[in-house]
Amino acid sequence: MQYAQTTDTKAIHDDGETILLPGETHTSISSSIGGIVLSPTAVGWGVAIGISVLFLLALIYSITYLIAAGVGIWGINQPVGWGADIINFVWWIGIGHAGTLISAILLLLRQQWRTSINRFAEAMTIFAVCCAGIYPVLHTGRPWVAYWILPYPNTLGMWPQFQSPLAWDVFAISTYATVSVLFWLTGLIPDFALLRDKAQNQIARLFYGIISLGWRGSAKHWHRYELASLLLAGLSTPLVVSVHSIVSLDFAAGILPGWHVTVFPPYFVAGAVFAGFAMVVLLMLPIRKIYHLEAYITVKHFDLMAKVILATGMIVLYGYILELFYAWYSGNIYETFFAWNRMFGPYGWSFWALILCNGVAPQLFWSKRMRQSVPALIFVSVMVSIGMWLERFVIIVGSLYRDFLPSSWGYYTPSFWDWLMYIGTFGLFFTGMFLFIRLAPMIAVSEMHALLHQKKEEEHILSGEHDHAESHGQSHPQTA
Amino acid sequence: MAQVYRSPQVFRPRANTLFWLAVLGLILGASVALGLLYYLTVSPTFVRLVGVPIEQPVPFSHQLHVSGLRLQCLYCHTNVTESAYANVPATQTCMTCHSAVKPTSPNLSNVVASWESGTPIQWNKVHDLPDFVYFNHSIHVAKGVGCSTCHGNIAQMGYTNNVGGVYRVEPLYMGWCLGCHRAPENYVRPQEEIFNTAWEPPANQVEVGQQLVKEYGIRGSYELTRCAICHR
Repeated sequence: MQYAQTTDTKAIHDDGETILLPGETHTSISSSIGGIVLSPTAVGWGVAIGISVLFLLALIYSITYLIAAGVGIWGINQPVGWGADIINFVWWIGIGHAGTLISAILLLLRQQWRTSINRFAEAMTIFAVCCAGIYPVLHTGRPWVAYWILPYPNTLGMWPQFQSPLAWDVFAISTYATVSVLFWLTGLIPDFALLRDKAQNQIARLFYGIISLGWRGSAKHWHRYELASLLLAGLSTPLVVSVHSIVSLDFAAGILPGWHVTVFPPYFVAGAVFAGFAMVVLLMLPIRKIYHLEAYITVKHFDLMAKVILATGMIVLYGYILELFYAWYSGNIYETFFAWNRMFGPYGWSFWALILCNGVAPQLFWSKRMRQSVPALIFVSVMVSIGMWLERFVIIVGSLYRDFLPSSWGYYTPSFWDWLMYIGTFGLFFTGMFLFIRLAPMIAVSEMHALLHQKKEEEHILSGEHDHAESHGQSHPQTA
Repeated sequence: MAQVYRSPQVFRPRANTLFWLAVLGLILGASVALGLLYYLTVSPTFVRLVGVPIEQPVPFSHQLHVSGLRLQCLYCHTNVTESAYANVPATQTCMTCHSAVKPTSPNLSNVVASWESGTPIQWNKVHDLPDFVYFNHSIHVAKGVGCSTCHGNIAQMGYTNNVGGVYRVEPLYMGWCLGCHRAPENYVRPQEEIFNTAWEPPANQVEVGQQLVKEYGIRGSYELTRCAICHR
């Protein structure tokens, strides 16, 4: 019987061609992934979350001081009224897109390789959206009346300005956050039930018992679960495109040279997926090593993610080139000046650094050896993460600091508080991620079972050893 | 077996009911809390003290002076037709009469003290708009907005038993301002009725109002509801 098998999977060589190393069984999947959550707390994890909480405290401190003192503590002023706050907002919201793309679009496209990374990427999405969401609220300067942006019957006798992309942003991001959390939690239910059944600790049994919502694994449950996943995937699919399109419209609806470009929505969406996948790679590499998940997150996964990074990187590069083309083709003196200023102005270095990070570095991924090499993956992902921050810097500051009137030109330098808050958001992000790793299976166990089942079935068909129906009916239960 | 046997069931069947009750309680609790919060924030009585008389240093009665003695509004609020502020009268204005009329009344002790010391009386503001609102009395009066449209029938507001005086009849919410800025024809009156605080709109107010809007040259609601009309 399959259940009785135990195999030491760690010794098996990963040839970079498979998304699930051979030798895995239903039992080994359940016990190795579920075991991470149920095993006693490791010292390393405690140290890691301790450091994260320290950074989180820095965030809380900087927000408290910001609310007490006002946005004057940031580096923003005329003419650069959108600074690090908006840059970091767009940067974080972009990071989240990989999770949604993996969980929604790749699910609908039936890409099997998404199975072992979707849960982790979705968690990343949720915490990245949390980090992103802080910024626009604080950017308003009066966060205590931020609810004014919501449409409710109020004493002002006014609705929010529905013609403004800034109002669309609120709907786009809150919808995105809600659907992402729902999708993630729905997927977790069967796994929570697994933990409930495996846990020996009474508190853990109660905790997972409550959050698994009475899951018994009946056919009816699975049917509804599958339907809900499909519906949520359908709901998330437009969100992959809509959220960052609307973020880009915050700029594109403005009339500043460098913002008022129709290519913005697709180019921003590609940039978001680009940044998101780089972050997934960056986080997955150490996690896979530390928690010995090499059998489930294989070299093939990184190879595929590197391909996505390369493809979206090319779209982004195309966007940079198009922007310069538009400036030349429009014949508009402000656009022409803007393009020149972007490349050779006081902030010209940021543009060239951006081209190096986002345009040149990902080209390494044309080579299969680079796509499968850990140092190369880390190098390119770090470059892309820096590059995507620079991209927003180039777009936001680059257009604002020198606009139509030379008399109103200025310069922008982020202040200490801008940086402290940015570093602090990493604290929030990693605190969330470490709690997630500790409390929930970071790989979707039930989906891994289904994947294993599918793989075995394929093998049977290929080898022709058994009658398909017979093997299907007898030896592989869908879940543990 | 070394392993301790545990029942696969963590909860008893009753837990299902409890769960649904908890969900229901959460939804109901949140609705009630939100509803209460909403009610408290929009309620004119709680937030804007509508109908709550504000105590003043001098028990001045509009009822006595306006309805009884037939003083005209402009006698005290001299600049309301010309200035942004409907000024509160100086002590000198009170003393034009009260140097001869009841100068020793205890009700007037603060007025007399102010007159003697030269320190103005610190009246408590009843209709206090936020500083980011640039309200101008003169333009409203000139375009047919009577006193009572915002201040109510002030001629009937008395001061008895040391409580009372002027109170708000309108919440002064922005939505309330916009009500008129969006449809001034519902509120404007002829110039001769401006200071008549007992004025009631006629049955054909909308018809008359539209005519008056034309005569006064009141701008359209698109312009009147621009942010910069009130927030500069």
